[in-house]
Amino acid sequence: MAPAISIRNLQKRYGQTTAVEDVSLQVEPGEIFGLLGPNGAGKTTTMRCLCTLAQPDQGEIEVAGISAIAQPRAARKLLGYVAQEVALDKVLTGREMLQLQADLYHLPKQKGRDRIESVVDLLGLGDWIDRKTGTYSGGIRKRLDLAAGLLHGPAVLVLDEPTVGLDIESRRVVWDFLRRLPSLGTTVLIASHYLEEVDALADRVAIIDRGRVIAQGTPNELKDRVGGDRITLRIREFTPEAEAAHAKALLTALPWVREAIVNGAQGNSLNLVVESRSDAIASIQATLAGADLPVFGIAQARPSLDDVYLAATGQTLLDAELAAVGRRDPKLERKQNMR
Amino acid sequence: MSSSVTPPPVQFAAIAAEDTASPIADFVQETVAMTRRLFIQLQRRPTTLVAGIIQPLMWLILFGALFQNVPPDLFGAGTNYGQFLGAGIIVFTAFGGALNAGLPVMFDREFGFLNRLLVAPLASRFSIVAASALFIATLTLLQAAAIVAAGAFLGSGLPGVAGLAVVVTIVLLLVLGVTAISLGLAFALPGHVELIAAIFVTNLPLLFASTALAPLSFMPVWLRWIAALNPLSYAIEPIRYVYLHEGWNLGSVVMEAPFGSVGFGAAIAVLVAFDVAALLLVQPLLRRRMA
Repeated sequence: MAPAISIRNLQKRYGQTTAVEDVSLQVEPGEIFGLLGPNGAGKTTTMRCLCTLAQPDQGEIEVAGISAIAQPRAARKLLGYVAQEVALDKVLTGREMLQLQADLYHLPKQKGRDRIESVVDLLGLGDWIDRKTGTYSGGIRKRLDLAAGLLHGPAVLVLDEPTVGLDIESRRVVWDFLRRLPSLGTTVLIASHYLEEVDALADRVAIIDRGRVIAQGTPNELKDRVGGDRITLRIREFTPEAEAAHAKALLTALPWVREAIVNGAQGNSLNLVVESRSDAIASIQATLAGADLPVFGIAQARPSLDDVYLAATGQTLLDAELAAVGRRDPKLERKQNMR
Repeated sequence: MSSSVTPPPVQFAAIAAEDTASPIADFVQETVAMTRRLFIQLQRRPTTLVAGIIQPLMWLILFGALFQNVPPDLFGAGTNYGQFLGAGIIVFTAFGGALNAGLPVMFDREFGFLNRLLVAPLASRFSIVAASALFIATLTLLQAAAIVAAGAFLGSGLPGVAGLAVVVTIVLLLVLGVTAISLGLAFALPGHVELIAAIFVTNLPLLFASTALAPLSFMPVWLRWIAALNPLSYAIEPIRYVYLHEGWNLGSVVMEAPFGSVGFGAAIAVLVAFDVAALLLVQPLLRRRMA
């Protein structure tokens, strides 16, 4: 069976800017595959190339074995695309929107009606579907957009930042819905700069930075590859700097503590990277007790995807995000997204 | 609603494979759907249509009154200015409507709605153009009907059935070419501000440099040349001819251009050539943007 999506050495430039440098990834049927990276990393451009909205400069893209470059129309039939910006016609009702969508994908009349009933039911849009979309809240708009993307029964659903700007309740609805898709026969590719989102949903992840894939695997594999555990330690609720430095010196002396950072932003708490071991917390507590230092709070966790990103790029996703915001050119991006 | 209808269990991924319809049926389905969208918009926001009908009537009444007292027979034997003006207003209105055809497409581009159409497996993306043309043609014929009716009411008379068929044909020919150009601009220009500016600088000057408001014989020679090369004149003069003459045939001379007499059939041929040129000009642009 051909992979649901196969992208090999994709490259895409806009004038002087290289949006995608070299992206290769393979998504198996029935997977939820996550593209994780800060804004401006090339996620959206990759998806636009995949959905035939942009012509790649180099590389191969296949959807279920069909080349999106040589046979774009055949590939479009297999794809559903849910863009980051929800573009609805506010004068139409939700049902009229979906009917338009059904005709654009050439569903026969009766099948179109049946499918609309199914997706409306699946996304709980029953109360809204016959109202004009101009009256919808952000969450309902997104749900209608998801319904439209799924209407023709695509083999692959491509979602760009599906929960950006949504309230917590709507985000939960979208997540629950996305988790159900593989059992309905749809493969999912989701781009997000939210760690939790990718961690919670994706079977496998590709981390993208500056137009390149810098790590790929299941979230567990990626975390294991970084290795060790993370321990957050608070000596007091607000620890004096000297005391924190003292504790840091004591703990770095332990052979299994790899790294210790005093986090000034959080009341001088200590962030430790340690080798995975079950007695880590007990040993730390014993060491501190020996120096007459109290423990206000201590927690041990596995590395997060953020640690994976940090290990690969030398900065956290949040820092990359902030740096990217400074580099962005909204006018240029608007132009790229316009056809 | 959702509680009363239990949707049948659906295999979600199986649908794309069973598409057996012909490309032509697909093209018709997508074109009808996009045209329906435009008509739903019109039905829920009828302001543009209402204004589009009121405006030419104002032209007809106010502009007609402006020259009401010119010496009789100046515009042709037994013709008053109202009779002369009707054809100009019909063509000007059709032209203005078609010139605006690109605006909805431009807004779809700006709001990302066009992407929704472009990721869909359309049989041909020219269905987007076809839907706009169908919509504008219908709208323009409605406006033309209102002008013809108002003209008859104001005493300009009414051409016969064959004459009305000429009016419809000419309006459709003009709308096709101008719509194509407007859609081309909608894809070539960066945004709606630029498109509106382009419409603004085209609309009235082309009206004044045509035979819509005054005959060629009134104009200085340089303007006479411009008006005789303006496609609008080739739409206006045949319509004016069927308004002012009982009998006509393809050889009837409808315009005395500086370079010679233009016959009825020749004027129609010029309009057809204009359409072909407009479509040829715009086609590579649409191809590139939509491929």
